[in-house]
Amino acid sequence: MFGSIDPLLLLASLMVAATPIVFAAIGELVVERAGVLNLGVEGMMITGAVCGFIVAVQTGSPLLGFAGAAVGGAALSLLFAALTQYLLSNQVATGLALTLFGLGLASLLGQGWVGIRAPSVPDLPLGPLRDIPVLGPVLFRHDPMVYLGLLVCLGVWWFLNRTRGGLILRAVGDNHDAAHALGYRVVRVRVLAILFGGAMAGLGGAYLSLVRVPTWTDGITAGAGWIALAIVVFASWRPGRLVIGAYLFGGVAQLQLNLQAAGVRVPVEILSMSPYIATILVLVLLSAGRAPGCLGRSFHAAR
Amino acid sequence: MKRRTLLISGAGTAFAAALGSPLRAQEPIKVGFVYVGPIGDGGWTYQHNEGRLALEEHFGDQVETIYQESVPEGPDAERVLTQMALQGADIIFTTSFGYMEATNNVAAQFPDVKFEHATGYMRNTPNVATYDARFYEGRAVIGTIAGHMTQTNKIGYIGSFPIPEVIQGINSSFLHARKVNPDVEMVVVWAYTWIDPAKEADAAKALLEQGVDVILQHTDSTAPQAAAAEAGNVYTFGQASDMAAFKPTPRIASIIDNWAPYYIERIQALMDGTWESTHTWGGIGDGEVEIGEITDAVPAEVKAEAEQMIADIASGAYHPFTGPINKQDGTPWLAEGEVATDEQLVSMDFYVEGMTGEIPN
Repeated sequence: MFGSIDPLLLLASLMVAATPIVFAAIGELVVERAGVLNLGVEGMMITGAVCGFIVAVQTGSPLLGFAGAAVGGAALSLLFAALTQYLLSNQVATGLALTLFGLGLASLLGQGWVGIRAPSVPDLPLGPLRDIPVLGPVLFRHDPMVYLGLLVCLGVWWFLNRTRGGLILRAVGDNHDAAHALGYRVVRVRVLAILFGGAMAGLGGAYLSLVRVPTWTDGITAGAGWIALAIVVFASWRPGRLVIGAYLFGGVAQLQLNLQAAGVRVPVEILSMSPYIATILVLVLLSAGRAPGCLGRSFHAAR
Repeated sequence: MKRRTLLISGAGTAFAAALGSPLRAQEPIKVGFVYVGPIGDGGWTYQHNEGRLALEEHFGDQVETIYQESVPEGPDAERVLTQMALQGADIIFTTSFGYMEATNNVAAQFPDVKFEHATGYMRNTPNVATYDARFYEGRAVIGTIAGHMTQTNKIGYIGSFPIPEVIQGINSSFLHARKVNPDVEMVVVWAYTWIDPAKEADAAKALLEQGVDVILQHTDSTAPQAAAAEAGNVYTFGQASDMAAFKPTPRIASIIDNWAPYYIERIQALMDGTWESTHTWGGIGDGEVEIGEITDAVPAEVKAEAEQMIADIASGAYHPFTGPINKQDGTPWLAEGEVATDEQLVSMDFYVEGMTGEIPN
C-alpha cells in the first residue's frame, strides 16, 4: 500500500524532521523537572532561529551560527528567569508573553534577512559507516546536529538519574521548600535550568533556519515550540519517551506527506491529523509518570 | 489612558468642535489590513503589504494605515476586526479566504465601516466588497513552461487548502503543461496551511523523492525554493511574490500579485463617495497578476511561447479555460470553443481529465 515510497529515504528524513522538536523538548524537560513551567519555547525557538541565521550568514560558519542561536535563546530565557525567579511573576503569563515577545523580536531582527540562503551544513564524516547497507543511509548520513540532539537527550537522562546535580535539580522541582531547607540554592538551580532550556530551544530553532528549511522567513517555527511542550507532558517528563514521541511525531508527519505524494488513496484529512493522533495515543499508552511536585509554583525563601 | 493625555485629547476634541467641520474634512482615512502571515513571508502577505505601502505613498497624509500580521483564520479574526473597527478604521481589507465569515459577521455590526475581503464570494451586507486576482491566468503561463522543462514528466504541486482558488490553479497549470507535453503527470500534496516553512520544505522533499523535477507551490513561503536549490536540477516558480533570491535557478519565473492599483482605486472611490459593494476580479490584463522575469534557464523558444501567451491573455484573445475540457471522471465540462464563466470558476471543485488523485473535501 505504500506505493513507490523508498522506506530508507523516509526513515532518513524522519530523523531530520524530528530534530528541532528533540532539542526544544529536551530543554523544556529539564526546565520542568526543576519545577518551572516556561511556555515561551516557541518564542525562544524563533529567536534562536533568527540569531543563528544571522550569525551563520555573517560569518559563513554554520557552527558559529548554532552557537549564536544557543546564546540568543538563552538570552531571551534570561528575561523569563529574571521575571519569574526574582520578581516572582506568574510563570504561565510570563511564558506566554515571552512567546509573543520572541515572535516579534525575531521578526524585527529578521528584517532584511528574508530570501538569503544559509551556508550549507555538511554531513558528519562517518567514513565507512556511511556505506553500510540499509543502516548507512538511514542512520549515518546526517549533519552533526541530528546526533548532537540524541547525545543531549542521553546526557540529560544520565545527568538526571545518575548524578548528584541531577538529584538536586529533581529535589528542587519536586519540593522546593525541602530543597531549600537542605541548603540548596533553589533559585540558582532554576535559573541555570531555564538558561539550558533557552539554549536548547535556540538550537532547535536554528536547525529549522539553517538545515531543514534552510532560509529565514518570518514565522518559521509555525508552532513547533508548542508541539515540543506537549511532547514533554505526554512523555511524562522522561528523556527516553521524549525521543520516542518526537521521532514518532516527526516520522508520521513526514510519512503523511510522502503517502500523499505517492498517491496512496487515504483521505488527506486523516493523513493530516495522523501525526497528532499517533503521538498522543502512543505516549498516553506509555505514560505512567507524574508531574514534578512544584511545577509552575513560584519560590521565595521567606514564605 | 493617563489622565493628562485624556485632558489633552479632551481639549483637542473641544477645539475641533469649536472650529467646526473644516478640520474634520482633513482627517485622514484610516485603512486597516488583516494579514494571514507575517509581512516577512516573502510571498502573499508581503505583496499585500506592498499594496499598503503604495497607498501611503500615493495618498500621503490623506490616509493612515494600520495592520495586524499572522491573524488566524476563523473566530479569532472577528476579535481583530472588531478591534480595528472600534479603533476608528474607515475601511478594512481582510486578505485571506478564511476570513470570509468573520468579515461578514463584523461588517453586519459596523454598517458605517467598509470591508473588503480578498478571494472570497460572500457579501451579506452593502458595506462588504470582495476582490480577487485571476491567478489561474498566471498558472497557465507557468504550467506551459513547466510542461516544457520537466525531464521526468512529473510535476509536483504543493497545495494549501482544497478551495476553488487553489483548484483553479492546479487545473490551469496541468491543462497547459499537458498541452505542450502529453506525457505530463501532476502530483499534488496538500499541506493544509498557508505558511509553515518546515512543512512546505518537507512537502517539496517528499515530491522530489517521487521523481518530480518541477515544483509549483500555492503556499506562501520560500522554503520549497530552498529545498529545490539544495536538491539541484529542479525548477520552481515564485509564488505571489517574485522570490528573486532564487534566480536564475531553481526559480525560473514567478507569478506576482500586484494589489496596489486595486487598493488605490478603492480608497479613491471611498474619498469620492463612489464606493460600492462590488466583486472585482482582475487578471494579467488589469495588471493585478504579473509574470516575473523568465530566466535564461528557460530555452528562448519556450520563453517566446510563454510571452505570447501572456500577451494573448492580457488582450483577451485567449482564456486559459477554453473547451473542450472534460472533468476528471470523463464527463464533458466545456464544449469545443466554450469559455468558462466566472460563476463556473469560483465554484470549481473538481479536477480536469487526466489528473490523478482526489480532492479532499
